[in-house]
Amino acid sequence: MSNSGHISNQYPLGETQPERIRSHTGLPLSEITLEAIREGRVGPDDLVIHTETLQKQADIAKAAGYRQLADNLRRAAELVNIPNERLLHIYEALRPRRSTYQELISLSEELAVQYDAVENARFIREAAEAYRTNLLLRPEDG
Amino acid sequence: MPRSKRFATLANQDINQDTFIHEWPEMGLIAMDSPLDPEPSLRLDAGRVVEMDGRSREQFDLIDQFIADYALGLSRAEEAMAMDSLAMARMLVDINASRADIISLLDGCTPAKLVEVVGHLNVVEMMMALQKVRARQTPANQAHVTNWQEHPALLAADAAEAAWRGFAEEETTVRVARNAPLNALAILVGSQTGRGGVLTQCAVEEAVSLRLAIKGLTSYAETLSVYGVAQAFVDGDDTPWSKAFLASAYASRGVKIRFTSGTGSEVLMGHAGNKSMLYLEARCLMMVKGAGSQGVQNGSISCIALPESLPGGVRAVLAENLIAAVLGLEVASGNDAMASHSDIRKTAKLMLQFLPGTDFITSGYSSIPKEDNLFGGGNFDAEDFDDWLVVQRDMKVDGGMRPVQEKDVARVRRRAACALQTVYEEFDFPPISDAEVEAATIAHSSADMPERDVVSDLAAADRFMADPQTVLDVICALDRRGFEDIAARILEMQRQRITGDYLQTSAIFDSDFHVLSALNDPNTYQGPGSGYRLSPKRWQELSDLPQAKLPQTLVPDQPRDGELQLAELAPARPSTEAEVVIALGPAFGTTLHQTLGKLPHKAVLRELMAGIEEEGLTPRVVKIYHTADCAAIGHAGAQLSGSGIAIGLQSKGTTVIHRRDLAPLNNLELFSQSPNLSLASYRAIGRNAARYAKNEPVTPVPVKIDNMVRLRLIVHTTLMHFKETLEIESGAPPIELKVRFQ
Repeated sequence: MSNSGHISNQYPLGETQPERIRSHTGLPLSEITLEAIREGRVGPDDLVIHTETLQKQADIAKAAGYRQLADNLRRAAELVNIPNERLLHIYEALRPRRSTYQELISLSEELAVQYDAVENARFIREAAEAYRTNLLLRPEDG
Repeated sequence: MPRSKRFATLANQDINQDTFIHEWPEMGLIAMDSPLDPEPSLRLDAGRVVEMDGRSREQFDLIDQFIADYALGLSRAEEAMAMDSLAMARMLVDINASRADIISLLDGCTPAKLVEVVGHLNVVEMMMALQKVRARQTPANQAHVTNWQEHPALLAADAAEAAWRGFAEEETTVRVARNAPLNALAILVGSQTGRGGVLTQCAVEEAVSLRLAIKGLTSYAETLSVYGVAQAFVDGDDTPWSKAFLASAYASRGVKIRFTSGTGSEVLMGHAGNKSMLYLEARCLMMVKGAGSQGVQNGSISCIALPESLPGGVRAVLAENLIAAVLGLEVASGNDAMASHSDIRKTAKLMLQFLPGTDFITSGYSSIPKEDNLFGGGNFDAEDFDDWLVVQRDMKVDGGMRPVQEKDVARVRRRAACALQTVYEEFDFPPISDAEVEAATIAHSSADMPERDVVSDLAAADRFMADPQTVLDVICALDRRGFEDIAARILEMQRQRITGDYLQTSAIFDSDFHVLSALNDPNTYQGPGSGYRLSPKRWQELSDLPQAKLPQTLVPDQPRDGELQLAELAPARPSTEAEVVIALGPAFGTTLHQTLGKLPHKAVLRELMAGIEEEGLTPRVVKIYHTADCAAIGHAGAQLSGSGIAIGLQSKGTTVIHRRDLAPLNNLELFSQSPNLSLASYRAIGRNAARYAKNEPVTPVPVKIDNMVRLRLIVHTTLMHFKETLEIESGAPPIELKVRFQ
C-alpha cells in the first residue's frame, strides 16, 4: 500500500510510460505503427494486451479504490494466454445448464494447471458449487 | 351526460396514449418503497456474511451469494449498516462530503440499505447527488447508429456524422443477426473518419459480440445484461459467474465493457416476486460491481415505459442511476428507448440526467431517424438534434453534443462512405457504388438509399466472420488506398487495447486519443465553483448555433421609400380644427420604411389618412421626436389635436387611438401586435379615430388574434424598436409634417 500513490501517478500508462508497454507477443508499443504493418511486421497476435499490463492496470484500479474492477483485471490477466476459441468455450460452459459438475471441475483444473489461471480456476470451482446448489448443472448423461 | 369537449380533447393528447396503472406490490408492479421489500440487515460471522436483508446464507440465491461474497465491502459494512439512512442521504447532498467519502462508506451497504438511503431524497436532491457522485468529471453521450436497410455506406456516413457531432461512443446492432461483422466494420470506419477516439460496439448475442471484439471490429461491449432475480438471470442464459467471466474475457483482449440492467426487466420477465423494481435493480447493481464491471448502462433502458406507468416511476429510474454512481460505477443513464408519446414528458424525464450530467447522458441517442432505429425506436432522434443543442445553450449545460455545419457533415459523411467503399473493394465484398456513396453523403434515412443485394451482403458477412481477417486487414486496406489518417486512427484504437488505460472506470478518448476516466478526470464536485464547468472555449462552441444570427443584421437597413415624402415644417402647435392628428414615431419614413408586418409606411399612412377623410375630417400629420413609446406618441399627438383625438403610430406599426384627456397609458383603442394588422385595419383605425372625434358611436376595429406573433417576432420587434429609439431627440418638440405621396 505504501506505493499506492506512486501507482496512481503512472496512469495513464500510455502517456506516462509508453516505452515500457509491450504487446502480448513482446512487441514494444512503439513498434506497432502503420509503417511496421505495411512491412508485415505486425500480426493480429501483436494487437493483444500483455498480462503484465493488465496486472498493472489492476494495481492502478485497486489503488484508486476500485477493488472489484481490480480483481476482474487480475482474472483477465490470467486469461490473456488462453486461445480465443478456448476462451469462448469456457464462457459457453459457464452458462446455465451447459456443464456437469465434473466438467466444470475439469475446466477449473485445466485453467490452473495449463494456464496458471488460479483465480479463474477458483472462480469456476465456486461456480460449480453454486450451480449444484441452485440446479444449474446439465443433467448427467444417461 | 354528454361528453365534455374539454375531457374529449384531453383524452386525445399524446400523454394519454401512454398507459398508467396503479401499484400492485404483490406482483412487483411498484417502482420503489414496496411494503414487501426486505428491511436492511447484515450479520457477519468471522468475516463472512451470514445474513443479508433478512435472508440467512442458507436461504441465499445465486445473486445474494454473489453480492455477499464479491460486492459488499465488509471493512466498513458494520459501520455503514449501523448508520442512520437519513444521515447517509444527507451526506449525498452535503457539499462537504466528497464523492470518495460517500463511495467508501456506501460500499458497506446491502441492496435494501441503498434503497432506503436514496428513498429519503426527492428528485432535486438525487440530481444534486448525481452531479457530485458520477464517476467522470466531463459528461459525455453515446449515439445509436443503425438503419433499417443495414446499408453499409449509410451506416458509415451516419457513424461519421455522430462522431463529428461529438458523441464519445457509438453503438450499432443488427436487423439480421448475420450482418453483425459488416455493421461493426461500417461504424468503426465511419466513426474514426468523423473523429478519432470514438469507442464503438455492436449489440448482438454475447459470444458473437466477444468474437467481434477479438477481431478488433469493436472497442467496447455494453449489452452484458444482468437481472436482480436468479430466475430472470437464468432466463437471460447467464449466471453471475458466467457474466463475470465474460467481463474478464473482454478485458483479457483489452476491450472495455459495461453491464446492462434496469428497473422493470424482472417484472417484465415474470420474475419480480413481490419486490419493488428499485430493490431488484439495487441487487443487479451490486452484482455488476461484484463482477468487476467498470460500469453499467441503466435507467430502465428498454423497459422504461413500465416504470413510467407507475407512480414515482421516473424518480425510481433516477434513483437507480444514483445507486449505480454511489457504487462507483460508470453510468450510461438510459434516455435511449422511447419512454412516452408526449414530448413534454420525455423532455421532463431527460432533465433528471441532463442537468446533473452523467458519464453518458443517454445510453444511446438515436442519431438516425426513428424508422431507421433497430433498437426499437429512440427517445430522441436525429430530428431532435437541434432541440438538444438549443437546450444545452439555454441552460449552459454540456449534453455531449456540439453544433455543426452542414458542409462539414457532408464532408465527413462522404469520406466515411468512400473509405468503406474502398475496404469493400479490397475485401472483395459486394461493391459499394459511387452512387451509393453520394446518396449516403446527403441521406437522412434508409429511404434515401438505393437498395442493396441483401443475399450477397449476408454471404460476405458470413465469410468475413469465418475468415481469419481482422482489423489489421482493414487498417492495411485503408492505408494502401489513400486513407492513411483513418487507418492511423483505427490503429490507435488497437494500440489503446494494448495499453489498457481505457479499461479503467468511465473511460473515453478525446480526439487526440487522450484517455479521460474517473482516474485522471475524477469528478471533484463539492459545491459552487467546483466540478465540471464549461470552459470559455466549450461554452463558445455550444453557444454558436449555425442558425443563430448576428442581431446587427437581423433587421437590415430598409431602403428609403422614394414615394413617401415627409417635409418637416415648423414645430407643431395645438389647434382647434376639426381634425385627427396622426403622430408618427421618430424613425417613421426616415430610417425605417416598413412596419414589422412588412407593410410600407407609405401605404399605412395613406390608409389612416383616407379613413379619417372618409368620415369628413382632416388628417394632420406630426412627427414626435422626444419619445419612441407608442402611448406617449399618441398622447402627445392628442395634446395637439383640434378634436382631442390622435392616432399614435410607431415605425414598427404599433398603433393607438388616444384622446387628450386620457392618462398617457390609457387609450381608446390599442393595436399592440402590428403584424396582425392589414392595410384595411389601418383604414378602419383612421375611420374610428374620426368617429371618436365626431362623438359618434364606434365599434372597435376587429383584429385577428395570432398568439404566435410575439414568439416569432419578439427579437425583430426589439431590434426595430432599437432603431426607433436611436432617433429620439430628448426635449425636441413635435414637428408639423407636409405629406406627399408620389
